[in-house]
Amino acid sequence: MIEVKDLHKAFGKVKAVDGVSFAARDGEITGLLGPNGAGKTTALRMLYTLMKPDSGQVLVDGIDAAVDPIAVRQRLGVLPDARGLYKRLTARENIDYFARLHGIETSLMHQRREKLVDALEMRDILDRRTEGFSQGQRVKTAIARALVHDPKNVILDEPTNGLDVMATRGLRAFMRGLKAEGRCVLFSSHIMQEVAMLCDRIVVIAAGKVVADETPDALRAQTGEANLEDAFVKLIGTEEGLAA
Amino acid sequence: MNSMLTVLLKEVRENLRDKRTVFSALIYGPLIGPILFVVMMNVMVNKEMAKAEGPLSVPVIGAEHAPNLIAALKQQGLVPEPAIADPDAAVRNRDTDVVLRIPADYAKAWSKGDPAQVEVIYDASQMGSGTPTRRLEGMLKRYSSEQGALRLLARGISPGIAAPVVVSERDQSTPQSRAGMLLGILPYFFVLAIYIGGMYLAIDLTAGERERQSLEPLFANPVARWRILVGKLGAIGAYSLASLVLTAVAFVVAGYFLPTAKLGMAFNLGPAFIADAILLELPLIAVFAVLETLVAAFAKSYREAQTYLGLLMILPILPSILMSITPVKPAHWMYAVPLLGQQVGISDLLRGNAVSAGDIGLALVCGFALAAILGAITAMVYRSERLAISA
Repeated sequence: MIEVKDLHKAFGKVKAVDGVSFAARDGEITGLLGPNGAGKTTALRMLYTLMKPDSGQVLVDGIDAAVDPIAVRQRLGVLPDARGLYKRLTARENIDYFARLHGIETSLMHQRREKLVDALEMRDILDRRTEGFSQGQRVKTAIARALVHDPKNVILDEPTNGLDVMATRGLRAFMRGLKAEGRCVLFSSHIMQEVAMLCDRIVVIAAGKVVADETPDALRAQTGEANLEDAFVKLIGTEEGLAA
Repeated sequence: MNSMLTVLLKEVRENLRDKRTVFSALIYGPLIGPILFVVMMNVMVNKEMAKAEGPLSVPVIGAEHAPNLIAALKQQGLVPEPAIADPDAAVRNRDTDVVLRIPADYAKAWSKGDPAQVEVIYDASQMGSGTPTRRLEGMLKRYSSEQGALRLLARGISPGIAAPVVVSERDQSTPQSRAGMLLGILPYFFVLAIYIGGMYLAIDLTAGERERQSLEPLFANPVARWRILVGKLGAIGAYSLASLVLTAVAFVVAGYFLPTAKLGMAFNLGPAFIADAILLELPLIAVFAVLETLVAAFAKSYREAQTYLGLLMILPILPSILMSITPVKPAHWMYAVPLLGQQVGISDLLRGNAVSAGDIGLALVCGFALAAILGAITAMVYRSERLAISA
């Protein structure tokens, strides 16, 4: 369970995040939807305590990120916008490094890694160095690395960015699996169809503010548009920066 | 503790797979000093030896005016060369080190008993002209005083009258201390090995990780940033230490290739020297690891960090330059200044003097204190939001 209350963050005069509040519940997929530059990544970075909000509160499973950031990070699995694999290490070594940083003991680490490797269908690349990985292989490795500590809450920043159709479909199935396991899944995207297809709840962000926080059906009803894409355009008030 | 060790081990392993880092930290850094040193010393010593002991070939202009002088100089080892047209240009162009010119009126002045003038033409700014010039002057002086003594004897006067003061030189330098003077540059190679040993790692672990955008996922782990920093510093220190130890071992080996016998000098490059030298250099490992990380943390890219750290490489040379321009008397307070203390201490060890436990202790305490202060600043930089955000 991730709760965000009235989050503000400015870089100089630019208000990147300007009063964002929403909640992502366990056993649901919550989509953070918005055009490029809307403040999605900045908002997520405050969630996983990489940045400190100027004001506002982040609660993960009821723990205040400002009070105990380490405990919050323990409860989060994060795929940042920057995947940042270690290219001189193999996929397996990348995953194990993060497992050890979480303090997971060796036998449990093997068990968790094996489970993720199967779920993400990445056994063939496990012992290759990540240098030269395709975009899809990189995302798989980064996700396995982010989830090896079996977190209750999962944050994915633009997970399907740059993936081909097959990889995207695989990733969607994987996210549904996370939901079925009762996890709280929060992901950001600027792609309408994707959000519509996956999400139980859609939080639309534009210019650093939340302009809607509804189920897909409610969103359609609220805007009076049958098509979600039209609803989205109507909400953010412009077609600029909206990728199909 | 565990997370720090995890970071340390991962960084060590990852960078062992990087050819550039391994080459610079474990091959180039530790070996460049000893190899350069052995080559330099051998070339220098052989050249000086040849000039100091072999026959001295000097172009002589006007040899026909002073056959007796030339015969006497020949006995002392001079090999007169044929006269050359432009002696001034010849010494300036390094065609020859020194030229002897005997003016036409030499014979006239000689037979009248007046001081007869000869000219020694040389260019003091030319390296290597010093020894032959000094030798020629020495030969001329010896001939002059012999002839002077003979003239006095011919007049029934004791030659001692003309030499009221006799200088007897007693050089207090020991073979080790003379070697130490020549080895003044050696401490710098130790420091350089530490610096180069850690440099690429420091760049890779901070600026490199940032550029490859892997710092953000790393910081998303439930590990305090200072622990990650300590782990990274440990990895840098491990490479620096490896580089230092390899340098020390290489110098022991290099000791066998130094022309010690020719110089009549002894180098104290035994295991005791190595142990003391490494102990003395330990704080510098910490200081450089932190300093390099701090500088790399300010750089936006790998290249930028490389440039900064390249410029900073001048820093460890400063004490060596200082000591060679203005040789200062070693004092205890110098051990309190990191870099200077190591320079003074290693020079002393090379001379065969023991460095007291107090001085080593002072160097350790002050060095590690500086590292701790720099470490605190680096930890502050590591906490900043700016560091992790690469895009």
